[in-house]
Amino acid sequence: MSLFDYKLSEIHNKMNDGELSPTDLVDQAFKTIQERDDRVGAYLTLDEEKARATARRLDDQLIAGGDRGLLFGLPVGIKDNIVTDGLRTTCASQFLSNFNPVYDATVTKKLRHADSVILGKLNMDEFAMGGSNENSSFHPVRNPWNLEYVPGGSSGGSAASVAAGEAYFTLGSDTGGSIRQPASYCGVVGLKPTYGLVSRFGLVAFASSLDQIGPVTKNVEDSAYVLQAIAGYDSMDSTSANVDIPDYLSALTGDVKGLRIAVPKEYIGEGVDASVKEKIMDALKVLEGLGAVWEEVSLPHTEYAVATYYLLASSEASSNLARFDGVRYGVRANNPSNLLDLYHESRSQGFGPEVKRRIMLGTYALSSGYYDAYYLKAQKVRTLIKRDFDQVFEKYDIIIGPTAPTTAFKLGSQVDNPLTMYLNDILTIPVSLAGVPAVSIPCGFVDGLPVGMQIIGKSFDESTVLRVAHAFEQHTDHHTKRPNM
Amino acid sequence: MSTSKYETVIGLEVHVELHTNSKIFCGCSTEFGAPPNTHTCPICLGHPGVLPVLNRQAVDYAMKAAMALNCTIGDRSKFDRKNYFYPDSPKAYQISQFDQPIGEHGWIDIEVNGETKRIGITRLHLEEDAGKLTHVDGGYASLVDFNRVGTPLVEIVSEPELSSPEEARAYLEKIRAIMQYCEVSDVKMEEGSLRCDANISLRPYGQEEFGIRAELKNMNSFRGVQKGMEYEEFRQAEILDDGGVVVQETRRWDEGQGKTISMRGKEQAHDYRYFPDPDLVTLHIDDAWKQRIRASIPELPDARKERYATEYGLPSYDASVITASKPLADFFEESLKYTSDAKAVSNWIMGDLLGYLNSSNLELSGVKVTGQGLGEMIGLIEKGTISNKIAKTVFKEMLESGKLPSQIVEEQGLVQISDEGAILSIVEQVVLANPQSVEDYNAGKQKAIGFLVGQVMKESKGKANPALANKLIVEVLSR
Repeated sequence: MSLFDYKLSEIHNKMNDGELSPTDLVDQAFKTIQERDDRVGAYLTLDEEKARATARRLDDQLIAGGDRGLLFGLPVGIKDNIVTDGLRTTCASQFLSNFNPVYDATVTKKLRHADSVILGKLNMDEFAMGGSNENSSFHPVRNPWNLEYVPGGSSGGSAASVAAGEAYFTLGSDTGGSIRQPASYCGVVGLKPTYGLVSRFGLVAFASSLDQIGPVTKNVEDSAYVLQAIAGYDSMDSTSANVDIPDYLSALTGDVKGLRIAVPKEYIGEGVDASVKEKIMDALKVLEGLGAVWEEVSLPHTEYAVATYYLLASSEASSNLARFDGVRYGVRANNPSNLLDLYHESRSQGFGPEVKRRIMLGTYALSSGYYDAYYLKAQKVRTLIKRDFDQVFEKYDIIIGPTAPTTAFKLGSQVDNPLTMYLNDILTIPVSLAGVPAVSIPCGFVDGLPVGMQIIGKSFDESTVLRVAHAFEQHTDHHTKRPNM
Repeated sequence: MSTSKYETVIGLEVHVELHTNSKIFCGCSTEFGAPPNTHTCPICLGHPGVLPVLNRQAVDYAMKAAMALNCTIGDRSKFDRKNYFYPDSPKAYQISQFDQPIGEHGWIDIEVNGETKRIGITRLHLEEDAGKLTHVDGGYASLVDFNRVGTPLVEIVSEPELSSPEEARAYLEKIRAIMQYCEVSDVKMEEGSLRCDANISLRPYGQEEFGIRAELKNMNSFRGVQKGMEYEEFRQAEILDDGGVVVQETRRWDEGQGKTISMRGKEQAHDYRYFPDPDLVTLHIDDAWKQRIRASIPELPDARKERYATEYGLPSYDASVITASKPLADFFEESLKYTSDAKAVSNWIMGDLLGYLNSSNLELSGVKVTGQGLGEMIGLIEKGTISNKIAKTVFKEMLESGKLPSQIVEEQGLVQISDEGAILSIVEQVVLANPQSVEDYNAGKQKAIGFLVGQVMKESKGKANPALANKLIVEVLSR
């Protein structure tokens, strides 16, 4: 058993009792990383020296007593698109292979403030574009449950490292499913908060109107702790919501009696594996057993979500990624003959194929003469998708479905067909477009690979999302299973 | 010039830098002239992960400017991204406003050759400035200074209703005056806080359809604006006269060569791919906010000009010139706290003050004279303490030292001599020394008096009261 199998509250108790120190936890992390990460490939950059120094400082603090942060001593890995002052941040792109930020993201600051220990930076699909982590321009991440399989993406490193015990918890980012889908594939808990709940300041933008940072943990209670530490209004982010942050821990009552669950027929219909659907049905039975009721509903615009997403997200990305031009930071092409050549060569060499595909798609969609037909139309459809959710939430407390239509697939099996790859996000994308919160939690296994259940809530109602997830977790043991490595 | 056959159509895009304390989307200073790249931070440098936060003071200033230009202020305004690659733009997009600007449908009145003309203002929008590129001699490198990047700008777009370079210049001067009165900008063309691009085309008189236009850039002074457009007017007329077709393109005014040069054609025009900036939220402007800004707008040049005519009886031309510059109008009013003779103040401003500023190419802020100084000096003339002639010396001294006239007069012993006895003795000396003039006078040549007065003034080092000297000379000669 790893120290990381203890829940956060148990770890804190052990530290109080003097049985465990921050250094013990950091030792555990680096020991596991050393044993496993050459197989998993979750990390891009390790900060061992600083992590150990921080742990020693916290050791002293533990002995001295006094106030402790909410995440005291917990070793955390951070997705490599969240900037860390002085610690290389690459977005898994060759373009930024030499880039050291000069400031901390708001969430990075909050993690430091909460006394967690930053281990290093986690692998991902380049600039968060992809659903298999095969688009990292350094190396892919492998699924700890079966190394032949992908961990999902884009936060593949964030999910795989938690599953493999290489970090106590991690942060990922979710634009169209990038936390939830890898959490589903790796059998861990991945939460995408409501758009605006967690500051985006310092998150390297992919699609600004969709990006959200969220925690990946082994259980729901830990997820609530981490959310508590990172949520909240930030004056540095104009899209940050100025709302009161509830006590998420106190929401974990285990009580779902009378809960009204909506199950969209689009989420259990065509395209969703029967074996995955079966696990969801089993999970619904568990919740029914706890006094919840569920009904089938419709989110009629679901079929347009993927197209809408790829227009909007790519449009925003084409503009967000324009700053990577080889002029001020990152890698610059050698010996350009003129300015245009400098741009052209730096960007041709710096970006990988999926990033280029989306930049081109987005540039096209925003071009004069096409804007109305693509970008504007997609915005209108986004409004309709949002409305689908609003209508369901008028009658129901929560929406439940699978996180992904299948379990993890084999490395290399979908790389030649981007469209098939895009469809893996068909059940997470509508949620992102609506901006509402959702968590993916383990709800079973098919052929030794985890299945994730997606629990979707109303805007800023993370409390209900976490309560339902927690109640389910209390009566199942999927989340306690560990890959055999 | 063959413009008589053609009607000139000009529309101006004027950029005005707002002198807020900090930049539009970050906390960096907007101070001009600091060492390169010292007023920068990760946000204005466009580092990965940063986000913009709108400076409310910039919105206040933009609203104030828009209201002063008689624009309608909408209830909602939003920001859009204008995408283009250039090293002066660290994000490779400029945050600007596309379809919901701060203000729309405004107008100002301009005056050319005594005629007043109303020019429509299509829109005023808020945006961020770019950095500044310096190309190293020999073309092997370019340097970029990001101090200016993120300075708030308003772009003021006129309707194509200006019919001559002269009108365009008058329009630009009026915009400058209004911005100056509103105290939202330094509006200095030489420092780039006021910049102007023009769209200019010609069409035969009577034709409704616009001709093909050229966009004109790089006109860095008021003179440049007028010269650039005059050249362009001439160039296009020549093409049309030869039966040619004007090419739609962007041209640069080259001050040194005195002509416009093609920069890029229509096919190289950028597709800016505007779309709403997802990092910023829609701005909701309620009535209370509008009222607060409206209440902060001071008396504007037109109103002041009107008041100078009615209250002080200044000629329309003088009132126009003085009110065209806020510092000058403020100087005028300051002077009037010390004298009631508005016409005299106006004369001194129009003559000695502006003459000096123009010939030495200075702004009012470049000289030391104060309104109080001028007002008190006029008082001294009225009291007869100094003559008009002495006053010219005193005024020159005030321009340079800023001292008050009483101090100058005392230090240099410039008090006018009005003592009859003292002047009489000088007159007697002069008459004795100039027998020829006496003869001339006796022969009926009145001119001789003027010469003798001049001699008295010379002897008295300009201090003799000239009227008294004149009277005494006549008395002495008639003995």
